[in-house]
Amino acid sequence: MLAGIVTAVAILAAGFPALAQQDETEKEIERYRAMISDPFSNPGFLFVDRGEALWKEARGEKKVSLETCDLGEGAGKLEGAFAKLPRYFADADKVMDLEQRLLWCMEKIQALDTKDIVKRKFGRPGVTSDMQDLVAFIANKSIGMKITPEVSHPKEQEMVVLGEALFFRRGGQWDFSCATCHEATGQRIRLQALPVLSKPGPAAQATMATWPTYRVSQSQVRTMQHRLWDCYWQMRWPDAQYGADAITALTAYLVKNAAGGEIQVPSIKR
Amino acid sequence: MRHMIKAVGSLALGGLLLGQPALAQSPKVDPATVEAAVKGVFGHAPAEWQQRIVQDETQKACSLYRNQPPADVATAITERETKNVVLPADGKLLGDWKSGEKIAQSGYGGRHTDDPKLPLGGNCYACHQLSKSELSFGTMGPSLLEYGKIRKYGADDAKAAYIKIYNAQAVFPCSNMPRLGHNKHLNEQQIKDLVALLFDQESPVNK
Ligand code: HEC
Ligand code: HEC
Repeated sequence: MLAGIVTAVAILAAGFPALAQQDETEKEIERYRAMISDPFSNPGFLFVDRGEALWKEARGEKKVSLETCDLGEGAGKLEGAFAKLPRYFADADKVMDLEQRLLWCMEKIQALDTKDIVKRKFGRPGVTSDMQDLVAFIANKSIGMKITPEVSHPKEQEMVVLGEALFFRRGGQWDFSCATCHEATGQRIRLQALPVLSKPGPAAQATMATWPTYRVSQSQVRTMQHRLWDCYWQMRWPDAQYGADAITALTAYLVKNAAGGEIQVPSIKR
Repeated sequence: MRHMIKAVGSLALGGLLLGQPALAQSPKVDPATVEAAVKGVFGHAPAEWQQRIVQDETQKACSLYRNQPPADVATAITERETKNVVLPADGKLLGDWKSGEKIAQSGYGGRHTDDPKLPLGGNCYACHQLSKSELSFGTMGPSLLEYGKIRKYGADDAKAAYIKIYNAQAVFPCSNMPRLGHNKHLNEQQIKDLVALLFDQESPVNK
C-alpha cells in the first residue's frame, strides 16, 4: 500500500491537465495536492482499506468471502487482474468488467442478495458503496502495471467493436455522442479539458490508467461505471443502468485505446 | 479564430462536395446489435425517455459516417434540416439580450435529474466565448465575440443566426452543435433573446 501511495504522489507531482483558472474546484485540488504530500491522507485509500475488509468478509447465504472469486487470472488472484479487464469469462460465457464480475461472484460464490449492493452502487454522504470500495481495493492491486487489454476471444473483439459503435452513436435532445466531446484534440467544455478517447495514445492511456479515482468534488472514489453514467447524464440521455453490457462495451473500447498506460489508482481528480 | 474555423468548415464542405470518400466509416457491427445494447442500458427508463434516444434520419447518418457524411448525404441533411426550421411568425428576430445572456449562461435542463418545470438554458458558454467578462467558456465552437458588430448588425445575418440556433445542421451537416429549436429545447422567444445577445449593439458580445 505504501508503494501505491508513493506512486500516486509521483503522479500528482507530475501535474494534472493544467488549467490556470480561478475555478473553485481547481483550488480545492491544490489543497488536496498539498495534503497528498502526506502519503497517509489520500482519501482514496480509505476506500481501498474498506474494500480489502469486504473482500475477506464472509457474507451471503453461503457465509463465505470473495477470496475464491476468479477475476480472470485464477481464483483469488488479484495482482494484475484489473489490468486485463474487461475480459471474457467462460463460466459466465460473457465479457465482463470488474463491477459486473464482482456482482457475479457475490451471487454465485456467496449467494449474496445484490439488490442492496446495487442500490448503494454510488456512494453519497452517509452511504458507503461496497462496489466503490471493492473496485478501489482490487484496481490498486494492479498499480504500476500496464493496461493489457484482452482481445483474443471473439466475444472480446465483438465487445470492442460494439463499444466503438456506441461511442459514435448520436442521440437525444442535444444530438450528442461520446465523440462530440472526446474526439477532437485540445477542446474544453467551459473550463474542463476534454481528453481524446477515440484513438490510441497518451490521452486515452492517462485517462483510463487513472480510474477509479477519488473525486474531490464528490468526496467519493468513483468507478468507470459511474464516470460513464455521469457522461450519459450530461448527454441528456436516460439514467444508465448499472452493470449493463453497453457500459462494459464502451469500457472495452476505451481500454483498447489505452493499452500500455501505466495504472495509478486510486488517483485524485476534480 | 472565427475566420479560421469558418475556413476549416468550408474546406471540409468543399471536400465533401467534390465527392471525396468519407474519411471514417462505422465499424462492422449489425445496427440491431447496437440498438439491443442501447435497450439493455436504457430499457428500464420511462417510455418518454426512451423515445428521446430513438435516432432520427440525421442522427443515424451522422453516427454511420462519424460526422463526415459523403456529399449526397450531406446535401440531404442540410435540405431536410432547412425544411425543419420554423421562423417567427411575427417576423421579429431580436428579443431581449439580457435574457439571452442568462440563457447562454445556463446549461440547465434535459438531464434526468433536472426539474422539467424550471427554465431551460442554451449552454452556449459551454462551447463558445461570447463576452470579454466571462472567462469560463468552452472551445468546442468558434468564439462569437463581436458577432453582430463584425456583421454590421445586418438583418440577413441576424436571420442566419436564428436559423443556426434553431437548427445548426440546416447550415452545417453533422455539426457538433445541438439543434436547439428543432429538438424543442429552446422556444421561439428564447432564440430571439439569443439572437439579440449576438446582434444588439448594447449586448456584451459586441462591447
Ligand atoms: C457534453 C460533453 C460530453 C459528452 C457527450 C461525453 N463526455 Fe465524457 N467527459 C466530459 C467531461 C466534461 C468530463 C470531465 C472532464 C474533467 O473532469 O476534467 C468527461 C470525462 C470523461 C472520462 C474521464 C476523463 C478523465 O480524464 O478522467 C471518460 C472516460 C469519459 N468522459 C468517457 C465518455 C464516454 C464513453 C462518453 C459517451 C458515453 C462521454 N464521455 C460523453 C464531457 C462529455
Ligand atoms: C456542444 C457544443 C455547442 C453548443 C452547446 C453550442 N454551440 Fe454553437 N457551434 C458549435 C460548433 C462546433 C460550431 C461550429 C460548427 C458549425 O458551424 O456548426 C458552432 C457554430 C455556431 C455559430 C456559427 C458561427 C459562425 O462562424 O458563424 C453560431 C452563431 C453559434 N454556434 C451560436 C450558438 C449559440 C447562441 C448557442 C447557445 C444557444 C450555441 N451556439 C451552443 C458548438 C456548440
